[in-house]
Amino acid sequence: MSETKGLNRQQMADRIAREFQDGWLVNLGVGIPVMCSNTDIGERDIVYHSENGVIGYGPVAGPGEEDLNLVNAGGQNVTLKPGASIVHHADSFAVIRGGHIDVTVMGAYEVSMTGDFANWKLTGQKGGGIGGAMDLAACAKRVFIILEHVTRRNEPRLLSACTLPITARGVVKLVSTNYGLFEPTGDGFLLREIAPGLTVDEIRATTGGKLTVADGLKTIQV
Amino acid sequence: MAQRSKQIDGFREAVADIPDGSVIGFGGFAMPGVPFNLIKALLEQGAKRLTLVGNTTGGAQQPRMPDMGMLVENGQVAKVICAFTAATRPTDVLPFTKYYESGECDAELVPQGTLAERMRAAGAGVPAFYTPTAVGTELAAGRETRMIDGREYLLEYALKLDYAFIRARTADTFGNLRFHRAQRNFNPIMATAARCTIVEVEDPIVPAGAIDADDVHTPGIYVHRLVQVPAEPEGLWPTKRQERRR
Repeated sequence: MSETKGLNRQQMADRIAREFQDGWLVNLGVGIPVMCSNTDIGERDIVYHSENGVIGYGPVAGPGEEDLNLVNAGGQNVTLKPGASIVHHADSFAVIRGGHIDVTVMGAYEVSMTGDFANWKLTGQKGGGIGGAMDLAACAKRVFIILEHVTRRNEPRLLSACTLPITARGVVKLVSTNYGLFEPTGDGFLLREIAPGLTVDEIRATTGGKLTVADGLKTIQV
Repeated sequence: MAQRSKQIDGFREAVADIPDGSVIGFGGFAMPGVPFNLIKALLEQGAKRLTLVGNTTGGAQQPRMPDMGMLVENGQVAKVICAFTAATRPTDVLPFTKYYESGECDAELVPQGTLAERMRAAGAGVPAFYTPTAVGTELAAGRETRMIDGREYLLEYALKLDYAFIRARTADTFGNLRFHRAQRNFNPIMATAARCTIVEVEDPIVPAGAIDADDVHTPGIYVHRLVQVPAEPEGLWPTKRQERRR
C-alpha cells in the first residue's frame, strides 16, 4: 500500500489520536487503530483499553523487550504504563458494555454518511470476522473509524449507504482516511482537514453523499 | 481441604477420556493463554463430532501453533462457536474458512463480548441475558429482542461447556490459578462454564497454600486436572509472531 496517496498508516492513526481528550479511556482495535498508542500526545493522560482485558497499555514493545503474554487487540506485543491493570474477557467487555469507554477506534470496509459502518463481512462471504466490533460499536460513547479512503479499484469507502452488512447504525462520529479527516453529516460528509497533496475536487470525486468543506480548511500536520 | 493433588502426569492422560460429541472451550487470545499442548494431545486422541468454542479458529499468523482449525482439518469437528470464521483483513486467510464455506463444518458466529458473557452466564447460573450488541445487524435477524428503558436489546443464551482447555502461569495442587498478563482472557470464564476444566501450567506446580488466597485469579473449585508444561521442545510455549508484510 506504499503507493497510496496522502497520509500513511501511522499518520492516519496520529491524526485520530490527537482528538483524544485528557482523561479518556480509549479502546483501540486491530489494524491501524492500535498504532494510536504509539502517537506522542503530550501531557494528556489517556488510558488505552484492549478487548482482551489489558487496561493501560503503551507503545509496541521494542526488540528484546517483548513479553509474549502481553498483547494488544492486534496480537502485537505492547508495554504496560504505570497504573495498568488486567482483567478477564467478561470483565473487559463489561467495561465496554457498561459504557465506560470514551471512544473506540476501529478499522472498517465502509462508512456511511449517516454514521453506519461495516467491518465484519465481505460480499458473498459466509460468516465473517466480528471480534469485539459489535460490542464496541453498540456501547462505546463514541466511535472513530480509520480506513483507506478508496478501495484498490479506486472506489469510495465513504458512501451514502453501506453496501456490506453493517456492524452498527448511526454511531460513527469521526473518520480518518489517508485523504483527510471527516465527519458524517447525515446527507454527506464534512471535510474537516485535508491531507497534504490532496485537493478538494479529488476528495469530492471519491466520496459518497454531499461533501461540505470546513471554513478555512486546514491541512493535516504530519 | 486440598489433600489430593489434581496433577496428572501427561497431556495424553489428561484428555484420554474425552468422548465424541463433547463441547470443548479453548482459552487464549492471539498467542497468550492458548492451551497449545492440550490441543496437540486432542489431535492425537482423535475424538470426533466435537463442538469447539473459542475466540478464533486461528492459523492466520506464522509460525502456526496448534489451534482449533487444526482439529477441523483433522476431521474431528462438527461445529465451531467463535467470533471469527474468517479473517477481518481480506488478504489474510484462515484455514477454517474453506471448511465452513463448503459445509464440511458448521459454525456459529458470535460477537466476542457476547461469547464471553454467554460462558460467564453459564458458570454463574444465569440462563440468558439481554445485550445491545448486534441489535440491528444481520446476526439479530429473526431473533428475540426487547425494549428496556427505551433501548432495544437482543436475547442471548448461556453457553455451557463439557470441557475447558486453558493455560495458566501458576497453579497449586488444589487447582488455584494465576495468569500472567494477557494470558487471562477467556481462561477464567471457561473454567467456570465447564463440567471439567483441564489446565496446562507453565511454572512448577506448587503445594496448596503456596498461593495466598487473596492472589488467586481462578479458584481451584473450578479446576479438575493440571498438567505441567515441559520445557521445549517437548512442551509448546508461545513464540514471537512474525510481522506480516503489508
